[in-house]
Amino acid sequence: MAKTVLEVKNLKMYYFTSKGVVKAVDDVSFDLKKGEVMGLAGESGCGKSSLGFTLLGMPTPPGKIVDGSIKVDGREIVGLPEDVLRKEVRWEKISMIFQGAMNALNPVFTVGYQMTEPLIYHKGMKQEEALDRAQKYLELVGLDPEVVYRYPHELSGGMKQRVIIAMALLMEPSVVIADEPTTALDVVVQAQIINLMKRLKKELGLSMIFITHDLSILAEISDKVAIMYAGKIVEIGDSEKIYYEPAHPYTQKLLAAIPRLHEDVEKLEFIPGQPPNLINPPKGCRFHPRCPYAMDVCREQEPELKEIDKDHYAACWLL
Amino acid sequence: MAEPILKVENLKKYFPLKRGLLASLRGEPERFVHAVDGVNFEIYKQQVFALVGESGCGKSTTGRLIVKLLEPTDGKIYLEGQDVTEVRTKEEVLAYRRKVQMIFQDPFASLNPRFRIFDVLEEPLLIHGIGETRAEREELIYKALEMVKVTPPEDYVSRFPHMLSGGQRQRVAIARALILNPTFIVADEPVSMLDVSIRAEILELMKDLKDRMGVTYLYITHDLSTARYFADWIAVMYLGRIVEMGPAKRIIDNPLHPYTRALLAAVPEPKPERRNVIKELPIRGEVPSAVEIPPGCRFHPRCIYAQKGLCDVEQPKLVEYEHNHWAECHLVGKF
Repeated sequence: MAKTVLEVKNLKMYYFTSKGVVKAVDDVSFDLKKGEVMGLAGESGCGKSSLGFTLLGMPTPPGKIVDGSIKVDGREIVGLPEDVLRKEVRWEKISMIFQGAMNALNPVFTVGYQMTEPLIYHKGMKQEEALDRAQKYLELVGLDPEVVYRYPHELSGGMKQRVIIAMALLMEPSVVIADEPTTALDVVVQAQIINLMKRLKKELGLSMIFITHDLSILAEISDKVAIMYAGKIVEIGDSEKIYYEPAHPYTQKLLAAIPRLHEDVEKLEFIPGQPPNLINPPKGCRFHPRCPYAMDVCREQEPELKEIDKDHYAACWLL
Repeated sequence: MAEPILKVENLKKYFPLKRGLLASLRGEPERFVHAVDGVNFEIYKQQVFALVGESGCGKSTTGRLIVKLLEPTDGKIYLEGQDVTEVRTKEEVLAYRRKVQMIFQDPFASLNPRFRIFDVLEEPLLIHGIGETRAEREELIYKALEMVKVTPPEDYVSRFPHMLSGGQRQRVAIARALILNPTFIVADEPVSMLDVSIRAEILELMKDLKDRMGVTYLYITHDLSTARYFADWIAVMYLGRIVEMGPAKRIIDNPLHPYTRALLAAVPEPKPERRNVIKELPIRGEVPSAVEIPPGCRFHPRCIYAQKGLCDVEQPKLVEYEHNHWAECHLVGKF
């Protein structure tokens, strides 16, 4: 049995805004094993990116972790002071591949400078040593090691994304969080990046959380999928279960909304209405105002995640 | 067969590159981005014609040429037999725009944030002098909102765009295009910024409008899955040229051009059982610059089948290989 590298329990992260408390991540629990890729999907505003940043111990202000626990390699990181987080956890134990390859690199520094900075500060490496390491990782992601001397504007979108992936791997973290790593890339480049991530997963035994709204991309890489709605995980399980036997009506609707390349789809389904306001989420099941099967109990009581099959959980009163 | 609604002939658009002072003093030749480089196609009534390709292939430029946001360098565009490139005076352009409307990619940017929904929809009516009284215009606006199912209209007309969701905004943008009752709509990536479920909602709406109102679309997209779902025809563009064209299903099920094959292989599909398989992508390198177009077939530097002495020398022609199915490749059937 592979060891658990990330364990999240009852995590709550709220944004304290002037209009009220936004419950962006509300009681989320899951764990991730070594070498496993977990996909995290949901509509915009469901809290998936908020969760990603929270796992790095850096919720975007005015967000704060209110409750719960995040254990990386067995070490509790909730409550650690910022300087410890920065020195010992972030990038060392858990790192992130950012959305928007175009803007994540600093345009006035060379790739090499940006890559070696954490090595010099975190590990106290000498510059040459750090540069060597950066070149090794650039090669690993399929780039010419000479790229260290380039400025971001000299690279194509796909190359920049590869640099960002190399940066996330540089300190050999136990967990990598990839937040929409392929949006804004063209189809062919996107497929190349997904191929790269599959290769890294195999060769390095990379454990990863892959965040995207696109269930087609998610299927290309995830061993396990969690579907988020209005700050909560509503269904979680092995990929095959989620894609072929979705239990939650929300998951079912999301899957029915995807146009297929090689299948005739008579009519695409869509979910009427829009995700709820997270300052005042609906009472009971948060999905009930948009759910075609909503019953009285759904309007009153909140369903809990329950195991409906081996390693397959869903939160719905219908089950 | 009926006359096409829209006919594009040998359409070209070159954008000049700025030369430095030194370069122009030295008399270096002017250089151009060959955004659209000889494109031909026809679109028939109530059809959806998809232009598919990667960023920079010229698909959006083609759309902008058709709505006359840009003037072509060369070539002709005919709408219902009328030569659009000859449309010049303000009145003529206005009359033309009444027939051809556009839906943009980003509903967050395409609606004026200071306009109420009523104003957004009234503006085209005022510009085109439709509806003499406010009451008449109001009736048209309500009808347009009902058509795109932003109902009840009276709840929405006095709102500002930021008070609507992304899907509703895109519906309003569609209503703005439809309110003039155009014959032809250019939809430039209308769903690529939207969430999956809203994407399905907007595609369904556009499909429904096509069936009910007889709207003809040019659908510009990078997404072959939505093209297959929504379009009747697909034309695949690469570096300013159409490299393959035909009925949507035929292109997806039986692609002839190596580039189309590579694009299709790259499309992600919701099939988790293949998650550990590294996909074979039958393509090399990245899209070259549209300034220095490769000689011969412009795809040859990336083509895994390219033959020396043929593909890098001679430019292939768009040939009809099967009924209604064209491809621009020397090697169709030989690989």
